[in-house]
Amino acid sequence: MGWDWSFAFRVLPDLLRGLLVTVEVTVLGSLVAYALGLVLALLRRSRIAVLSRLVQLFVEFVRSTPLLVQIFFLFYVLPPTTGIKLSPLVTGVVALGVHYAAYTSEVYRAGIEAVPRGQWEAATALNLPRNRVWIGVVLPQALPRVVPALGNYTISMFKETPLLLAIGVLDVVNRAKEAGAEYYRFTEPYTMAGLLFLLVSYPASVLVRRLERRVGRQH
Amino acid sequence: MDDSTDAGVGPPAPRDDVMVCFEHVVKRFGDHVVLRELDFEVKPGEKITLIGPSGSGKTTILRLLMALERCDGGTIQVGGEYLSHVVRDGRLAPADEKHLRKVRRRIGMVFQQFNLFPNMSVLRNITEAPVRVLGKSREEAGQRAGELLDMVGLAEKVDAHPGQLSGGQQQRVAIARALAMEPDVLLLDEITSALDPELVAGVLGVLREIASSTDITMLCVTHEMGFARDISDRVLMFDGGQVVEEASPDKLFTDPDHPRTREFLHALLEGR
Repeated sequence: MGWDWSFAFRVLPDLLRGLLVTVEVTVLGSLVAYALGLVLALLRRSRIAVLSRLVQLFVEFVRSTPLLVQIFFLFYVLPPTTGIKLSPLVTGVVALGVHYAAYTSEVYRAGIEAVPRGQWEAATALNLPRNRVWIGVVLPQALPRVVPALGNYTISMFKETPLLLAIGVLDVVNRAKEAGAEYYRFTEPYTMAGLLFLLVSYPASVLVRRLERRVGRQH
Repeated sequence: MDDSTDAGVGPPAPRDDVMVCFEHVVKRFGDHVVLRELDFEVKPGEKITLIGPSGSGKTTILRLLMALERCDGGTIQVGGEYLSHVVRDGRLAPADEKHLRKVRRRIGMVFQQFNLFPNMSVLRNITEAPVRVLGKSREEAGQRAGELLDMVGLAEKVDAHPGQLSGGQQQRVAIARALAMEPDVLLLDEITSALDPELVAGVLGVLREIASSTDITMLCVTHEMGFARDISDRVLMFDGGQVVEEASPDKLFTDPDHPRTREFLHALLEGR
């Protein structure tokens, strides 16, 4: 089966529309993962033992079950039991966001633990209120160090978005699948879908590596 | 924890004639007893130096006072108040965080590793706590920070970040930061140990100035015997978690009574 350029150009606009959805899901999912991960990391350090333990269990649970099962659960199991019906796109954002929050929370945790003990002690000696210790001293030192790791998780998430075709999100792979099924030609759509992923994730990982070097130099 | 209450007698009222008072203080790390029933007191305005071999508990004393560690027995008083206890129904009860913060506000500490906040400018390092804790305005705190920086000889570094300063400069900023909180008691924990030798004199010079020009109470852990001799009213020699000897610096450094003090001072001189 040869390469048909005219067919390739015919399906490209659809694939690009799909890529837009993929990027959209990744960006929104990352924002959820960054925010929720930080909340989980902070709760994990809570002085209330039960709370910290619950968060730990939640993180372990999310990391030990497949993302696809979580997606199905949110889409098919949750609505009948809770009455909350989310669109495929929103389900995708929530599923990816929560799943990756379990990982980013560990990233934040490592970043927070890397802040030297002396910083906490100096803040204590100055009697700074607890929220100021976090906002003014600890997080400004912890967060820059974790940016590259967060970036890596965003790239991973980007590459996992095709799982959402299982619930009908029209991402780039789903578009390729549909184009292929319609014309019985799969070479061009899937090859281009793969190339589009490469086109985005390669520059992104170069950027993350550059960030890593910069952070490494500073610490 | 509570060793002072027999029914009806009640705990002694905190003493207001001393600035710092340790009574029967015990501190353990696991099985290792660092302080065993330690008693000592420091009068307001007094400058005290704590000496002794490493592991003798000197730094632990400062860390207990700053409430960076909790004691396993006995009581600590600061300025006429129990540090981590309150008297309730004639008994000593553990104090809450609020009480601890109130008492801790009277104490400032300078650390061996400076512990400046690297994400803040020098100015911000010094003004952050006065603004957030004492409720001063940024202008007021900034003006005071300027005076303190002037005093430690770093007025021109006000906008620098800690990473751009030498160790000696960082430590002088840390001293200014501690003083900005207007503490009654200043704790100095081996503050020149991490410095290159040529930077030590500048830091100690600043402290000599503070010791002679203010009535701040100072507790100082140091191996700089010359400095200890210059600034302190009294030197306490620690060993095995207890005070084995205390005397004026002249007496203790020239004619110590206790054999452990003699050994220690001898070893220190040998080491030079």
